[in-house]
Amino acid sequence: MDQVGKTFQDEDNRSFEVFSNIDLTIEENQFVSLLGPSGCGKSTLLSMVAGLEDVTTGSIKLEGKDIKTAGPDRGMVFQQPSLFPWLDVKENVLFPLKGQWSKQEAEDRADRFLQMVHLSRFKKNYIHELSGGMQQRVAIARALAMDPKVLLMDEPFGALDEQTRHILHEELMKIWHETQKTILFVTHSIQEAIKLSDRVIVMGTRPGRVIADFDINLPRPRKRENENVIQLERKVMTLLEGEINKVLKEELSHEVSP
Amino acid sequence: MKLALKRIGFLVVVLGIWQLVYSVGIFEDIVFPSPIKVGEALYEGFADGDFIHALGASFRHLFMGLSLAILFGTIIGVLLGKSKQADETAGMYLIALQSIPSIVWVPLAIMLFGFSEFAVVFVVVLGGTFVMALNVRTAIHSVPPQLVRAARTMGTKGIPLFFRVEIPSSVPYFMTGIRLAWAFSWRALMAGELLSNGPGLGYSLRYAQDYARMDQVVAIIIIIGVIGAVVDQVVFSKLEKNVRKRWGLMKS
Repeated sequence: MDQVGKTFQDEDNRSFEVFSNIDLTIEENQFVSLLGPSGCGKSTLLSMVAGLEDVTTGSIKLEGKDIKTAGPDRGMVFQQPSLFPWLDVKENVLFPLKGQWSKQEAEDRADRFLQMVHLSRFKKNYIHELSGGMQQRVAIARALAMDPKVLLMDEPFGALDEQTRHILHEELMKIWHETQKTILFVTHSIQEAIKLSDRVIVMGTRPGRVIADFDINLPRPRKRENENVIQLERKVMTLLEGEINKVLKEELSHEVSP
Repeated sequence: MKLALKRIGFLVVVLGIWQLVYSVGIFEDIVFPSPIKVGEALYEGFADGDFIHALGASFRHLFMGLSLAILFGTIIGVLLGKSKQADETAGMYLIALQSIPSIVWVPLAIMLFGFSEFAVVFVVVLGGTFVMALNVRTAIHSVPPQLVRAARTMGTKGIPLFFRVEIPSSVPYFMTGIRLAWAFSWRALMAGELLSNGPGLGYSLRYAQDYARMDQVVAIIIIIGVIGAVVDQVVFSKLEKNVRKRWGLMKS
């Protein structure tokens, strides 16, 4: 990413700058987290990488090529599973493969990735018959099945309960080891970022910017009780405290002035 | 089973009150037939084929009219749903048109097409088209943006996006549209036939009235009601329910 900026125009043509001049380079096969309080633009940045939002200034490149629109070289998993309810589990995974792969290959890939997320048994089930965690696993299988260069994840476990999230963290780690995909992961949870990533990029708000960027070289699996993990968490917490207060203050001041 | 019993019990009570009012003799026999006479009229009507013939004609009108209504309604609905320009220009008028009772179109239809069966079909088409169009428009508008975003990240856009995401996602509203179009068309059909020169159930109704055969009039009213309820319950409600269940809009 090179000097990336995003400005929204609201209805009265007033512009609102979410962030500007963000420079990032993400290495292949890395697990990178974008961490920050709400409003820092981390999800917007991810949408721009996905090609769902236009880049206002600067450019985003994937393997040297400019990103202009959305495409299957970047798989995305949203906070909501966003599966198609009229298709069964397998058909959902097949959705992006139709027309891209031969029928047999598509079938094989769908089966393989469903197995990877341990949902082979539920191939023929409809989406509403699955729990939230299972739905999110289908979404991950669907994104991986089209063999993207990068997997973008926008708070994928944010809507799940604690236990399910825990299980999915471990599954995601396994999947990442198996597939060796580059993962760009957006989260507001410090623990989640530290537990999963090779590298954490901490973003601040108003204006959105990168306030810290560090590698984590701790061995996996990382336990919460681990001395180093706790230290890291504290470090990030202090970094973010000021930012979170800023957001709070702003939200409260809106409340007071009518 | 208990449900059926309750319903039959209710029917018996209604018939009892009817018979009672008849027996007391508030109205003359000729304007207020007894349940038994109506039953006889129903039996005779079916036995000598008059009602069957009329029903056949009515269903023919309905089938033609409803098919066209669904076709036109879908085209108009998709157009208004997809194009903001078209919606802003014509959307308002669609609601106005939809609120016009279909019987209002009958004089116009007769002037345009004479006392022909086509005039009846015309009224049926107008009866169903607008409500269908409104529902299809809503269907297109209520495609979850999240699904469209997800599809775009999988490289689906343009026409494939429309056929693979927007259309299937619209199916539940589409089904509601068809059910309502049927209900509106059925009413429009009766209004149209009532003023037509036959054949058809509505025409038979007026014919019976002209000859002061109140037993037949009531018999036909019963047929109209029963068909309306049966088609709605057996065909459309079931279809709609199945679709809603499958689409996860309803707890199974």
